[in-house]
Amino acid sequence: MPGYNARELMAIAAARKINDGEIVFCGTGISMLAAMAAKHICAPNSIIIFETGAIDSQLEEIPMAVGDSRVMLGASSNSGLADSFALMQNRTTGRHVVGILGAAQIDLFGNLNSTVVGDYDRPSVRFAGSGGAADVASFVDRTLIFMQHERRKFVSNVDYLTSPGWLDGPDGRRKAGLPGNGPAAVISNLAVMGFDDATREMFLEAYFPGVTPQAVLDNMEFTVDLSRARELEPPTERELRILREIVDPQRLILGG
Amino acid sequence: MDTSSEKVMDLKTAVARFVPDGAHISIGGFTCNRNPMAAVYEIIRQRKTGLHLYAHSNGQGVDELVGAGCVARVEIAYAGTGRFAPTCIRFRKAVENGTIAVEDYSNYQMTLRFLAGAMGVPFLPTRSALGTDIIRRWGFSEALRRSNPRLPNEKLVVMDNPFGGWAETDRVVLVPAIRPDVTLLHVQKAGRDGTARIEGLTFADVEQAKAARHVIVTCEDLADAGELRAHPHLNQLPGILLDAVVHVPHGAYPTACYRYYDYDPAFLNDYRTAATDDERYTRYLRDWIFEPSDHREQHARIPEGRLAAIQADPHTGYAKGLKR
Repeated sequence: MPGYNARELMAIAAARKINDGEIVFCGTGISMLAAMAAKHICAPNSIIIFETGAIDSQLEEIPMAVGDSRVMLGASSNSGLADSFALMQNRTTGRHVVGILGAAQIDLFGNLNSTVVGDYDRPSVRFAGSGGAADVASFVDRTLIFMQHERRKFVSNVDYLTSPGWLDGPDGRRKAGLPGNGPAAVISNLAVMGFDDATREMFLEAYFPGVTPQAVLDNMEFTVDLSRARELEPPTERELRILREIVDPQRLILGG
Repeated sequence: MDTSSEKVMDLKTAVARFVPDGAHISIGGFTCNRNPMAAVYEIIRQRKTGLHLYAHSNGQGVDELVGAGCVARVEIAYAGTGRFAPTCIRFRKAVENGTIAVEDYSNYQMTLRFLAGAMGVPFLPTRSALGTDIIRRWGFSEALRRSNPRLPNEKLVVMDNPFGGWAETDRVVLVPAIRPDVTLLHVQKAGRDGTARIEGLTFADVEQAKAARHVIVTCEDLADAGELRAHPHLNQLPGILLDAVVHVPHGAYPTACYRYYDYDPAFLNDYRTAATDDERYTRYLRDWIFEPSDHREQHARIPEGRLAAIQADPHTGYAKGLKR
């Protein structure tokens, strides 16, 4: 079995979750790797869109931000934010969008915080803020979430609810007036977590090779169901080759 | 707005005329792309204070205006510059120290807010961020909102769909219009009459321009208005919207300008280092912004070879293989 690092496995685990024919909303960083890798691994007819207005980008180099000129290359159309967010919610295209997000904190129902740690009025740490994350999490039918698996990040209560997950349970989104569904999966550096169809609570779907289910729990403030957990299939030679040679040969996001 | 056919002026004059202390301003671009940096630096050089800044995801420009102490309040969706600063560093310090007031929205909410301003309606509806703290928590106090006629009384208003369940929607959130005194943009081409052409993504620049009372545009090329008007379908801004056209090649540097140059990774990495330390940042402000008297003198300080390294490849619009 080839060697690989956690970032590589995270990108591949997320790529495997992208269905052929889906419209993939990308944020910055590792979500771009997943979206680019998916086109080569399992979803050749998926297309990549950015909130900045680039639709069906043909990425040749990894963009450093969603505003990077690299997202404009070979796009089917380049417009602006208004068009891109409209595509995510109109009745024709909106239901086909999968959004990939990240955050500083996540709770049991997949609600995300990317705004502050501590009190909102006098935060101990200020982050960048929602950007388009709250929009995407509100509008689309399926989101995948990248997280670093740490106790201070998988928390019982997020300090600030920036982007809606399943809110307070199965009926939360409908009561709030949100369209679509909440998160489908969380991909961390230790595990892949799903959300139960009935309760909408997070559960352990798969743990990375070499990681135990208990180690996953030890890095969370709340407890999740382990009964469905299995070991994640390690990346194949082909998946790693795609990621390293085609997607990020400069290792800008995969790192050293 | 200005219907005259001659809008060209220098940057000092444009900023002095249209950006008074305490002005409500918005700047174009997105994170590390097409921020109107030359105009931002001129605002800093003229030591403007008390600005009220509206931004969706305007990274570098926001951080420099906040870092230099020009900004009192900011309404924003995202303050980051991609990998160079996942959270803008001086912005983060200012919020954590309580030296600026912040009101949080999402990118789409900010886009709609500019669009509402452009349309002349008081608000627009969306379903974005229902059920979140973006709606529940206010950064600006109720007292500030009630006492300041330039601010709407509410941050956001949630209401039931007045058309019943039409379009499968039970509830909407109303986002209030933004009406800046001035919007500052950097574009690829503009004519003396104000006709302006953006190449590549427009971000929310067009809505931001149309929402504002005054518009200052800096441009890479001061183009012949007749040539721009020969292909009007490629122009986004009609000349009448603009009050000032300023010819500033590399006016978005150190952010990118599609088809002209990339962002400068070396500059942005050095900036990150400077921004994390107050003393270093003071030196940065002195050496890069205050000592040079204008854009030309400032750019004479860019180390040899840096502009050549970021020059855009004509086929991709960015610097291929740039060391990032």
